[in-house]
Amino acid sequence: MAILELSGVRKAFGAITVADDQSWSLEEGEALGVIGPNGAGKTTMFNLVTGTLPVDGGTIRLSGEDITQWPAARRCRAGLARSFQVPQPFGGMTIFENAFVAATQGAGLGVDEAEALCLDVLDRTGLLRKANTMAGGLTLLERKRLELARAMCARPRVLLLDEIAGGLTEHECKSLIETINRLRATGISIVWIEHVVHALLAVVDRLIVIDFGRKIAEGEPRAIMDSREVREIYLGIEADA
Amino acid sequence: MRDLSVSRSTPASTLAMAALGAALLVMFAAPWWAGRAELRLFGEIFLYMSLATLWNFLAGYAGLVSVGQQAYVGLGGYMFFAATMFWGLNPLLALPVAALIGAAISAPVAALIFRLRGAYFAIGTWVVAEVFLLTFAQVTSLGGGSGTSLPVGVVKGLSESRDGREALIYWLALGIAVLVVGAVFAFLRSRRGVALTAIRDNELAAKSLGIDIWWTKFTVYVVTAGLTTLVGGLIFLQKLRISPDAAFSVNDWTAVVIFIVVIGGIGTLEGPILGTLVYFALRETLADYGTIYLIALGVVAIAVMLFAPKGLWGLIRGHRGTELFPLSRRVRGLTEKGQ
Repeated sequence: MAILELSGVRKAFGAITVADDQSWSLEEGEALGVIGPNGAGKTTMFNLVTGTLPVDGGTIRLSGEDITQWPAARRCRAGLARSFQVPQPFGGMTIFENAFVAATQGAGLGVDEAEALCLDVLDRTGLLRKANTMAGGLTLLERKRLELARAMCARPRVLLLDEIAGGLTEHECKSLIETINRLRATGISIVWIEHVVHALLAVVDRLIVIDFGRKIAEGEPRAIMDSREVREIYLGIEADA
Repeated sequence: MRDLSVSRSTPASTLAMAALGAALLVMFAAPWWAGRAELRLFGEIFLYMSLATLWNFLAGYAGLVSVGQQAYVGLGGYMFFAATMFWGLNPLLALPVAALIGAAISAPVAALIFRLRGAYFAIGTWVVAEVFLLTFAQVTSLGGGSGTSLPVGVVKGLSESRDGREALIYWLALGIAVLVVGAVFAFLRSRRGVALTAIRDNELAAKSLGIDIWWTKFTVYVVTAGLTTLVGGLIFLQKLRISPDAAFSVNDWTAVVIFIVVIGGIGTLEGPILGTLVYFALRETLADYGTIYLIALGVVAIAVMLFAPKGLWGLIRGHRGTELFPLSRRVRGLTEKGQ
């Protein structure tokens, strides 16, 4: 059974449709990549899935349960965590405390367990030596890493990653891929929006392509990347960037 | 992995807590070393410290910018008068009873005004305070629009001698300040407090990490209202007289309090305490100059907003996050210098 399933999800801001009859599903333990040009509605789709934005229609199911009307907090506690494309740190708290919020509130752990989890995750994401630094004073790269660490500390069953590889060096990118692959090995299902395609291809099992709020292609990553339709759009992104 | 641990106290906070303990002992003994006028002043300082801590809890942490907290100060005063005059309660019992009534009334009020956002919420809280004022002005047994005085019998029930009363009221003010600051401190240290601090910093991230924002804010609102009612009860026990205009004064119970919190540093536990001390230092040195005093307050407020937008404590706190109350969690045993 699919762990996450969208069927006919729609969202419009006035005349602009940002999610147009979107249907796709994520199998348990699967890693799904999402690509598409800027403004295609990828992040909006995450907002709909996590509940920070209400849908206009359609249903979202988590492990078969209809969560379409659930508030964002409940979805997180049920096992849906995300990283934000534009980092949203708790600026007045340290890196460790940022992670601690996720571990106690999202994962619902007790203090001792939460502390151990946070230290472990910060170590794996390379943030441990900065654990006592206030999150408000971090560089963009560190903030992005914190986004990943915090989402991991919520102990999700489904992890939604929104452009976390952008701006990384070759070496950092490799270690990020390693981190994500290790996460997968623990059984977490992943949806990953990413412009850094080589990173995406090193991880995902399947790819969907979104443009103008619609899913225009879906399938095996290499085949999708090689398809003419996608190449056109994708090269368009390259030119923009 | 290296041997790491998480601790909440720092040398600074341990020192500060020891200093605070010593200061409390000295202040507890004030009736023996201070004159009547000073005692009244100290009592007033503690009451304002409580109001400022509570307003900061509400606005600085939960983001509920209320300009209507006078609703609960006044309600506390009136409930205290009613409980002692009509129900014959001992003043010491009437105070917690008033606090419970305040908390109970605040729950439906919260459900109503939480439907409003931002500026509309602020205005809504003020409207609620005005409704309370108009309501109590209608109660003729409490003196209607012109107010009433606390009967001599009730006052004497507290203590026969005037010095005894003054000392007792002072200790109550000190006790309430300790209770309020202690309650907010305990709340912030708890799991709920972790959630609340997250809400303070970023609501979007907070709800995405499993925090029920409405429920957390509701709890803060009700706790704040109950404790504000308690403070209000004591304020009017000290004044011995209540009237709708004095009880629900937006200037005395909210504007001054907002000034204190903004000067001291919003969103920190230390800020309102520091702000209260600064406010009273200004008032006691400049109050005789009349209008100049008000101009000075205005200048201070503008200067702080321009040069220290996070308040005086924000300036001290800096990027390192120095704190006197052991709230944050620090990882110990990192190889980096500084920790």
